[in-house]
Amino acid sequence: MAEEVKLFKTWSTPFGLRVVWALKLKGIQYDAIDEDLSNKSALLLQYNPVYKKVPVLVHNGKPISESLVILEYIDETWKQNPILPEDPLEKARERFWAKFNDEKLLPSIWDAFTKEGKEREEAIATSLENLKFVEEELKGKIFFGGEKIGLADLVFGWLANLICVFEEVTGFKIIDERFPVLLAWMQEFLELPIIKDNLPPHDKLVIKYQALYEKYHPAK
Amino acid sequence: MEDEVVLLDLWASPFAIRVKIALEEKGIKYECKQEDLFNKSHLLLEMNPIHKKIPVLIHNGKPISESLIIVQYIDQVWNHKSPLLPSDPYQRSQALFWADYIDKKIYGIGRRIWMGKEDQEEAKEELIQTFKTIERELGDKLYFGGESIGYVDVALVPFTSWFYTYETCANCGIEAACPKLIAWAKRCKENESVSKALTDPLEIYGYLLQLKKRLELQ
Repeated sequence: MAEEVKLFKTWSTPFGLRVVWALKLKGIQYDAIDEDLSNKSALLLQYNPVYKKVPVLVHNGKPISESLVILEYIDETWKQNPILPEDPLEKARERFWAKFNDEKLLPSIWDAFTKEGKEREEAIATSLENLKFVEEELKGKIFFGGEKIGLADLVFGWLANLICVFEEVTGFKIIDERFPVLLAWMQEFLELPIIKDNLPPHDKLVIKYQALYEKYHPAK
Repeated sequence: MEDEVVLLDLWASPFAIRVKIALEEKGIKYECKQEDLFNKSHLLLEMNPIHKKIPVLIHNGKPISESLIIVQYIDQVWNHKSPLLPSDPYQRSQALFWADYIDKKIYGIGRRIWMGKEDQEEAKEELIQTFKTIERELGDKLYFGGESIGYVDVALVPFTSWFYTYETCANCGIEAACPKLIAWAKRCKENESVSKALTDPLEIYGYLLQLKKRLELQ
Protein backbone atom coordinates (compact mmCIF):
# COMPACT_ATOMS: atom_id res chain seq x y z
CA MET A 1 0.00 0.00 0.00
CA ALA A 2 1.35 3.47 -0.80
CA GLU A 3 2.39 5.46 2.25
CA GLU A 4 0.36 8.55 2.93
CA VAL A 5 1.97 11.00 5.32
CA LYS A 6 0.45 14.39 6.13
CA LEU A 7 1.76 17.00 8.52
CA PHE A 8 -0.53 19.70 9.90
CA LYS A 9 1.51 22.67 11.14
CA THR A 10 1.92 26.40 10.66
CA TRP A 11 4.65 28.10 8.61
CA SER A 12 6.42 29.27 11.77
CA THR A 13 5.78 26.84 14.63
CA PRO A 14 9.04 25.45 16.07
CA PHE A 15 7.12 22.35 17.22
CA GLY A 16 6.12 21.61 13.62
CA LEU A 17 9.58 22.47 12.33
CA ARG A 18 11.23 19.78 14.46
CA VAL A 19 8.90 17.22 12.84
CA VAL A 20 9.76 18.56 9.35
CA TRP A 21 13.46 18.09 10.14
CA ALA A 22 12.88 14.49 11.31
CA LEU A 23 10.90 13.65 8.15
CA LYS A 24 13.58 15.23 5.94
CA LEU A 25 16.37 13.44 7.83
CA LYS A 26 14.71 10.10 7.07
CA GLY A 27 13.82 11.04 3.49
CA ILE A 28 10.06 10.62 4.05
CA GLN A 29 7.69 12.10 1.49
CA TYR A 30 4.84 14.01 3.07
CA ASP A 31 2.15 16.61 2.40
CA ALA A 32 2.41 19.74 4.52
CA ILE A 33 -0.79 21.52 5.47
CA ASP A 34 -0.16 24.99 6.93
CA GLU A 35 -3.01 25.95 9.25
CA ASP A 36 -4.34 29.37 10.14
CA LEU A 37 -4.69 29.06 13.90
CA SER A 38 -7.35 31.77 14.04
CA ASN A 39 -9.45 29.62 11.72
CA LYS A 40 -8.60 25.95 12.32
CA SER A 41 -9.62 23.45 9.68
CA ALA A 42 -12.29 20.86 10.40
CA LEU A 43 -9.70 18.17 9.68
CA LEU A 44 -7.31 19.46 12.34
CA LEU A 45 -10.10 19.53 14.92
CA GLN A 46 -11.05 15.99 13.93
CA TYR A 47 -7.46 14.71 14.12
CA ASN A 48 -6.59 16.46 17.41
CA PRO A 49 -9.81 16.86 19.37
CA VAL A 50 -8.00 16.86 22.74
CA TYR A 51 -5.70 19.86 22.22
CA LYS A 52 -6.84 21.23 18.79
CA LYS A 53 -3.19 22.14 18.15
CA VAL A 54 -0.44 21.66 15.61
CA PRO A 55 1.62 19.74 14.77
CA VAL A 56 -0.36 16.61 13.94
CA LEU A 57 1.12 13.81 11.84
CA VAL A 58 -1.36 11.66 9.96
CA HIS A 59 0.09 8.35 8.72
CA ASN A 60 -2.21 6.33 6.46
CA GLY A 61 -5.20 8.09 8.03
CA LYS A 62 -4.09 7.63 11.66
CA PRO A 63 -3.34 10.83 13.58
CA ILE A 64 -0.54 11.37 16.13
CA SER A 65 -0.36 14.59 18.18
CA GLU A 66 2.26 16.19 20.46
CA SER A 67 5.60 16.79 18.76
CA LEU A 68 7.72 14.60 21.07
CA VAL A 69 5.28 11.70 20.61
CA ILE A 70 5.37 12.29 16.85
CA LEU A 71 9.19 12.24 16.80
CA GLU A 72 9.29 8.89 18.66
CA TYR A 73 6.67 7.47 16.28
CA ILE A 74 8.66 8.58 13.23
CA ASP A 75 11.83 7.01 14.64
CA GLU A 76 10.10 3.68 15.32
CA THR A 77 8.30 3.52 12.00
CA TRP A 78 11.13 4.58 9.67
CA LYS A 79 14.40 3.00 10.81
CA GLN A 80 16.90 4.84 8.59
CA ASN A 81 18.95 7.66 10.21
CA PRO A 82 17.79 6.97 13.77
CA ILE A 83 17.28 9.95 16.06
CA LEU A 84 17.26 7.89 19.26
CA PRO A 85 20.13 5.59 20.29
CA GLU A 86 19.57 1.89 21.07
CA ASP A 87 21.24 2.03 24.48
CA PRO A 88 18.51 2.51 27.15
CA LEU A 89 20.54 4.95 29.28
CA GLU A 90 21.46 7.10 26.28
CA LYS A 91 17.84 7.00 25.12
CA ALA A 92 16.70 8.16 28.57
CA ARG A 93 19.24 10.99 28.40
CA GLU A 94 17.93 12.22 25.02
CA ARG A 95 14.36 12.11 26.32
CA PHE A 96 15.38 13.96 29.50
CA TRP A 97 16.91 16.83 27.53
CA ALA A 98 14.02 17.01 25.08
CA LYS A 99 11.69 17.37 28.06
CA PHE A 100 13.99 19.94 29.67
CA ASN A 101 13.77 22.12 26.57
CA ASP A 102 10.00 21.91 26.31
CA GLU A 103 9.18 22.26 30.01
CA LYS A 104 11.96 24.55 31.24
CA LEU A 105 14.20 26.29 28.70
CA LEU A 106 11.70 27.28 26.04
CA PRO A 107 9.07 28.56 28.52
CA SER A 108 11.69 30.59 30.44
CA ILE A 109 12.98 32.26 27.26
CA TRP A 110 9.41 32.87 26.10
CA ASP A 111 8.65 34.54 29.45
CA ALA A 112 11.78 36.67 29.07
CA PHE A 113 10.38 37.77 25.69
CA THR A 114 6.80 38.42 26.79
CA LYS A 115 6.87 39.57 30.43
CA GLU A 116 7.65 42.97 31.89
CA GLY A 117 9.32 44.43 34.97
CA LYS A 118 10.19 42.08 37.84
CA GLU A 119 8.68 39.04 36.10
CA ARG A 120 10.93 39.67 33.12
CA GLU A 121 14.02 39.95 35.33
CA GLU A 122 13.15 36.64 36.98
CA ALA A 123 12.54 34.99 33.60
CA ILE A 124 15.92 36.17 32.34
CA ALA A 125 17.64 34.80 35.47
CA THR A 126 15.86 31.44 35.06
CA SER A 127 16.72 31.33 31.35
CA LEU A 128 20.40 31.91 32.12
CA GLU A 129 20.37 29.11 34.73
CA ASN A 130 18.71 26.78 32.23
CA LEU A 131 21.18 27.74 29.50
CA LYS A 132 24.09 26.95 31.85
CA PHE A 133 22.77 23.41 32.29
CA VAL A 134 22.51 23.01 28.51
CA GLU A 135 26.02 24.42 27.98
CA GLU A 136 27.37 21.89 30.49
CA GLU A 137 25.60 18.99 28.78
CA LEU A 138 27.05 19.93 25.39
CA LYS A 139 30.69 20.12 26.55
CA GLY A 140 32.94 17.70 24.69
CA LYS A 141 30.26 16.97 22.06
CA ILE A 142 29.51 18.35 18.61
CA PHE A 143 25.81 17.61 18.91
CA PHE A 144 23.61 16.50 21.82
CA GLY A 145 23.44 13.17 19.98
CA GLY A 146 27.26 12.96 19.77
CA GLU A 147 28.74 12.83 16.27
CA LYS A 148 25.34 13.04 14.61
CA ILE A 149 22.15 14.89 15.46
CA GLY A 150 19.49 13.16 17.50
CA LEU A 151 16.20 13.84 19.24
CA ALA A 152 17.59 16.48 21.61
CA ASP A 153 19.24 18.41 18.74
CA LEU A 154 15.94 18.53 16.82
CA VAL A 155 14.14 19.72 19.95
CA PHE A 156 16.72 22.38 20.92
CA GLY A 157 16.94 23.32 17.24
CA TRP A 158 14.50 26.23 17.62
CA LEU A 159 17.34 28.12 19.37
CA ALA A 160 19.36 28.09 16.18
CA ASN A 161 16.79 29.99 14.10
CA LEU A 162 14.58 31.83 16.62
CA ILE A 163 17.01 33.22 19.22
CA CYS A 164 18.50 35.62 16.67
CA VAL A 165 14.95 36.78 15.82
CA PHE A 166 14.19 37.44 19.51
CA GLU A 167 17.50 39.30 19.84
CA GLU A 168 16.76 41.42 16.78
CA VAL A 169 13.29 42.31 18.05
CA THR A 170 14.18 42.99 21.70
CA GLY A 171 17.73 44.31 21.29
CA PHE A 172 18.71 41.94 24.11
CA LYS A 173 21.25 39.16 23.58
CA ILE A 174 20.53 36.21 25.85
CA ILE A 175 22.93 33.60 24.40
CA ASP A 176 26.15 35.59 24.59
CA GLU A 177 29.87 34.77 24.95
CA ARG A 178 29.12 33.11 28.30
CA PHE A 179 27.86 30.16 26.24
CA PRO A 180 30.62 29.35 23.72
CA VAL A 181 29.74 25.65 23.38
CA LEU A 182 26.07 26.42 22.75
CA LEU A 183 26.98 29.12 20.20
CA ALA A 184 29.26 26.63 18.39
CA TRP A 185 26.47 24.02 18.40
CA MET A 186 24.00 26.54 16.94
CA GLN A 187 26.40 27.21 14.06
CA GLU A 188 27.12 23.53 13.38
CA PHE A 189 23.42 22.74 13.50
CA LEU A 190 22.48 25.53 11.08
CA GLU A 191 25.10 24.34 8.59
CA LEU A 192 23.52 20.92 8.21
CA PRO A 193 21.78 20.77 4.80
CA ILE A 194 18.51 19.32 6.13
CA ILE A 195 18.30 22.20 8.60
CA LYS A 196 19.61 25.01 6.41
CA ASP A 197 17.25 24.06 3.56
CA ASN A 198 14.23 23.80 5.85
CA LEU A 199 13.93 27.03 7.77
CA PRO A 200 11.05 29.49 7.79
CA PRO A 201 12.02 32.81 6.12
CA HIS A 202 13.94 34.97 8.62
CA ASP A 203 12.38 38.28 7.56
CA LYS A 204 8.88 36.91 7.91
CA LEU A 205 9.75 35.62 11.40
CA VAL A 206 11.05 39.05 12.44
CA ILE A 207 7.80 40.69 11.32
CA LYS A 208 5.73 38.12 13.16
CA TYR A 209 7.66 38.32 16.44
CA GLN A 210 7.92 42.10 16.26
CA ALA A 211 4.12 42.23 16.13
CA LEU A 212 3.83 39.77 19.02
CA TYR A 213 6.37 41.74 21.07
CA GLU A 214 4.36 44.93 20.60
CA LYS A 215 1.25 43.08 21.71
CA TYR A 216 2.95 42.00 24.95
CA HIS A 217 4.63 45.36 25.53
CA PRO A 218 2.07 48.00 24.52
CA ALA A 219 3.54 51.49 24.31
CA LYS A 220 2.49 53.47 27.35
CA MET B 1 26.98 -9.34 37.93
CA GLU B 2 23.90 -8.65 39.94
CA ASP B 3 22.01 -5.47 39.15
CA GLU B 4 22.04 -2.76 41.76
CA VAL B 5 18.79 -0.82 41.67
CA VAL B 6 18.08 2.09 44.03
CA LEU B 7 15.00 4.32 44.03
CA LEU B 8 15.14 7.80 45.57
CA ASP B 9 11.59 8.05 46.82
CA LEU B 10 8.99 10.01 48.70
CA TRP B 11 6.25 7.72 50.02
CA ALA B 12 3.41 10.06 49.01
CA SER B 13 4.62 10.87 45.50
CA PRO B 14 2.36 9.50 42.74
CA PHE B 15 5.33 9.86 40.38
CA ALA B 16 7.49 7.56 42.51
CA ILE B 17 4.62 5.07 42.76
CA ARG B 18 4.62 4.78 38.96
CA VAL B 19 8.22 3.58 39.17
CA LYS B 20 7.46 1.17 42.02
CA ILE B 21 4.61 -0.42 40.08
CA ALA B 22 6.85 -0.85 37.03
CA LEU B 23 9.62 -2.41 39.15
CA GLU B 24 7.11 -4.77 40.81
CA GLU B 25 5.61 -5.76 37.45
CA LYS B 26 9.05 -6.78 36.24
CA GLY B 27 9.96 -8.53 39.50
CA ILE B 28 13.00 -6.33 40.11
CA LYS B 29 14.59 -6.18 43.56
CA TYR B 30 15.44 -2.65 44.57
CA GLU B 31 16.43 -0.52 47.53
CA CYS B 32 14.13 2.35 48.41
CA LYS B 33 15.60 5.51 49.99
CA GLN B 34 13.17 8.03 51.48
CA GLU B 35 13.86 11.69 50.81
CA ASP B 36 12.70 14.76 52.69
CA LEU B 37 11.92 17.45 50.12
CA PHE B 38 12.62 20.18 52.67
CA ASN B 39 16.03 18.63 53.44
CA LYS B 40 17.33 16.91 50.32
CA SER B 41 20.13 14.34 50.58
CA HIS B 42 23.55 14.80 48.95
CA LEU B 43 22.78 11.73 46.88
CA LEU B 44 19.63 13.28 45.43
CA LEU B 45 21.40 16.55 44.62
CA GLU B 46 24.22 14.59 42.98
CA MET B 47 21.95 12.23 41.02
CA ASN B 48 19.44 14.87 39.87
CA PRO B 49 21.32 18.18 39.98
CA ILE B 50 19.06 19.86 37.44
CA HIS B 51 15.61 19.29 38.91
CA LYS B 52 16.58 18.09 42.42
CA LYS B 53 13.38 16.02 42.44
CA ILE B 54 12.26 12.48 43.07
CA PRO B 55 11.80 9.86 41.76
CA VAL B 56 15.33 9.04 40.62
CA LEU B 57 16.22 5.49 39.64
CA ILE B 58 19.87 4.62 40.11
CA HIS B 59 20.80 1.53 38.08
CA ASN B 60 24.33 0.26 38.70
CA GLY B 61 25.32 3.75 39.79
CA LYS B 62 23.75 5.56 36.80
CA PRO B 63 20.79 7.89 37.47
CA ILE B 64 17.61 8.24 35.43
CA SER B 65 15.12 11.01 36.26
CA GLU B 66 11.53 11.93 35.33
CA SER B 67 9.00 9.22 36.21
CA LEU B 68 7.71 8.39 32.72
CA ILE B 69 11.24 8.34 31.31
CA ILE B 70 12.18 5.96 34.14
CA VAL B 71 9.19 3.69 33.37
CA GLN B 72 10.17 3.59 29.68
CA TYR B 73 13.75 2.77 30.71
CA ILE B 74 12.57 -0.07 32.98
CA ASP B 75 10.35 -1.43 30.20
CA GLN B 76 13.25 -1.47 27.75
CA VAL B 77 15.94 -2.91 30.06
CA TRP B 78 13.80 -5.59 31.73
CA ASN B 79 11.91 -6.75 28.70
CA HIS B 80 11.67 -10.40 29.79
CA LYS B 81 8.16 -10.01 31.21
CA SER B 82 5.13 -7.74 31.58
CA PRO B 83 5.66 -5.37 28.67
CA LEU B 84 4.17 -2.01 29.63
CA LEU B 85 4.32 -0.34 26.22
CA PRO B 86 2.82 -1.90 23.08
CA SER B 87 5.25 -3.04 20.39
CA ASP B 88 3.14 -1.60 17.55
CA PRO B 89 4.42 1.95 16.87
CA TYR B 90 0.94 3.47 16.49
CA GLN B 91 -0.42 1.86 19.68
CA ARG B 92 2.75 2.95 21.41
CA SER B 93 2.29 6.54 20.25
CA GLN B 94 -1.22 6.58 21.68
CA ALA B 95 0.06 5.26 25.02
CA LEU B 96 2.76 7.97 25.10
CA PHE B 97 0.16 10.61 24.20
CA TRP B 98 -2.25 9.66 27.01
CA ALA B 99 0.44 9.33 29.68
CA ASP B 100 1.69 12.78 28.66
CA TYR B 101 -1.89 14.13 28.88
CA ILE B 102 -2.15 12.76 32.41
CA ASP B 103 1.17 14.42 33.25
CA LYS B 104 0.05 17.77 31.88
CA LYS B 105 -3.27 17.81 33.71
CA ILE B 106 -3.85 15.77 36.86
CA TYR B 107 -1.22 16.93 39.35
CA GLY B 108 -1.51 20.63 38.49
CA ILE B 109 -5.32 20.76 38.49
CA GLY B 110 -5.47 18.57 41.60
CA ARG B 111 -3.09 20.89 43.42
CA ARG B 112 -5.43 23.83 42.83
CA ILE B 113 -8.15 21.77 44.48
CA TRP B 114 -6.31 20.80 47.67
CA MET B 115 -4.66 24.22 48.05
CA GLY B 116 -8.23 25.54 48.37
CA LYS B 117 -7.77 29.05 46.96
CA GLU B 118 -10.12 31.17 44.77
CA ASP B 119 -9.55 28.95 41.71
CA GLN B 120 -10.76 25.78 43.44
CA GLU B 121 -14.22 25.73 41.79
CA GLU B 122 -12.72 26.24 38.36
CA ALA B 123 -10.16 23.49 39.05
CA LYS B 124 -12.95 21.11 40.11
CA GLU B 125 -14.70 21.59 36.74
CA GLU B 126 -11.43 21.05 34.88
CA LEU B 127 -10.65 17.90 36.86
CA ILE B 128 -14.00 16.31 36.05
CA GLN B 129 -13.64 17.20 32.35
CA THR B 130 -10.14 15.71 32.35
CA PHE B 131 -11.33 12.47 33.98
CA LYS B 132 -14.22 12.27 31.51
CA THR B 133 -11.80 12.61 28.60
CA ILE B 134 -9.58 9.89 30.06
CA GLU B 135 -12.61 7.67 30.72
CA ARG B 136 -13.66 8.00 27.05
CA GLU B 137 -10.22 6.78 26.05
CA LEU B 138 -10.57 3.75 28.35
CA GLY B 139 -13.87 2.87 26.69
CA ASP B 140 -14.87 -0.71 27.38
CA LYS B 141 -11.33 -1.99 27.84
CA LEU B 142 -10.36 -3.68 31.10
CA TYR B 143 -7.24 -1.53 31.27
CA PHE B 144 -5.77 1.24 29.13
CA GLY B 145 -3.19 -1.39 28.21
CA GLY B 146 -5.92 -3.79 27.04
CA GLU B 147 -6.12 -7.13 28.84
CA SER B 148 -3.42 -6.28 31.37
CA ILE B 149 -2.02 -3.13 32.93
CA GLY B 150 0.20 -1.00 30.74
CA TYR B 151 2.00 2.30 30.57
CA VAL B 152 -1.08 4.54 30.82
CA ASP B 153 -2.50 2.52 33.73
CA VAL B 154 0.84 2.91 35.54
CA ALA B 155 0.83 6.66 34.80
CA LEU B 156 -2.68 7.24 36.17
CA VAL B 157 -3.39 4.74 38.94
CA PRO B 158 -1.24 6.40 41.67
CA PHE B 159 -3.55 9.42 41.51
CA THR B 160 -6.53 7.27 42.51
CA SER B 161 -5.27 7.48 46.12
CA TRP B 162 -5.85 11.24 45.83
CA PHE B 163 -9.56 10.97 44.90
CA TYR B 164 -10.50 11.01 48.60
CA THR B 165 -8.62 14.30 48.99
CA TYR B 166 -10.28 15.85 45.93
CA GLU B 167 -13.73 14.77 47.20
CA THR B 168 -13.13 15.98 50.74
CA CYS B 169 -11.69 19.34 49.70
CA ALA B 170 -14.14 20.21 46.97
CA ASN B 171 -16.89 17.60 46.66
CA CYS B 172 -15.87 16.76 43.12
CA GLY B 173 -18.31 13.93 42.46
CA ILE B 174 -15.78 11.81 40.57
CA GLU B 175 -17.64 8.54 41.15
CA ALA B 176 -20.93 9.90 39.80
CA ALA B 177 -19.29 11.57 36.80
CA CYS B 178 -16.85 8.74 35.91
CA PRO B 179 -18.13 5.35 37.11
CA LYS B 180 -16.04 3.42 34.55
CA LEU B 181 -12.88 5.06 35.83
CA ILE B 182 -13.75 4.09 39.41
CA ALA B 183 -14.35 0.50 38.27
CA TRP B 184 -11.01 0.56 36.46
CA ALA B 185 -9.27 1.79 39.64
CA LYS B 186 -10.75 -1.13 41.63
CA ARG B 187 -9.67 -3.56 38.91
CA CYS B 188 -6.10 -2.19 38.96
CA LYS B 189 -5.86 -2.88 42.69
CA GLU B 190 -6.45 -6.59 41.98
CA ASN B 191 -2.91 -6.56 40.57
CA GLU B 192 -0.35 -7.13 43.32
CA SER B 193 2.12 -4.71 41.78
CA VAL B 194 -0.46 -1.94 42.17
CA SER B 195 -1.92 -2.86 45.58
CA LYS B 196 1.59 -3.12 47.06
CA ALA B 197 2.63 0.29 45.79
CA LEU B 198 -0.50 2.43 46.26
CA THR B 199 -0.70 4.75 49.22
CA ASP B 200 -3.61 4.88 51.63
CA PRO B 201 -6.05 7.69 50.68
CA LEU B 202 -6.47 8.88 54.29
CA GLU B 203 -2.71 9.09 54.78
CA ILE B 204 -2.43 11.09 51.56
CA TYR B 205 -5.12 13.49 52.79
CA GLY B 206 -3.22 14.01 56.06
CA TYR B 207 0.03 14.50 54.17
CA LEU B 208 -1.46 17.09 51.80
CA LEU B 209 -3.03 19.08 54.67
CA GLN B 210 0.40 19.30 56.29
CA LEU B 211 2.10 20.14 53.00
CA LYS B 212 -0.44 22.92 52.36
CA LYS B 213 0.32 24.46 55.78
CA ARG B 214 4.05 24.31 55.11
CA LEU B 215 3.71 25.88 51.65
CA GLU B 216 1.53 28.68 53.04
CA LEU B 217 4.16 29.45 55.67
CA GLN B 218 6.93 29.80 53.06
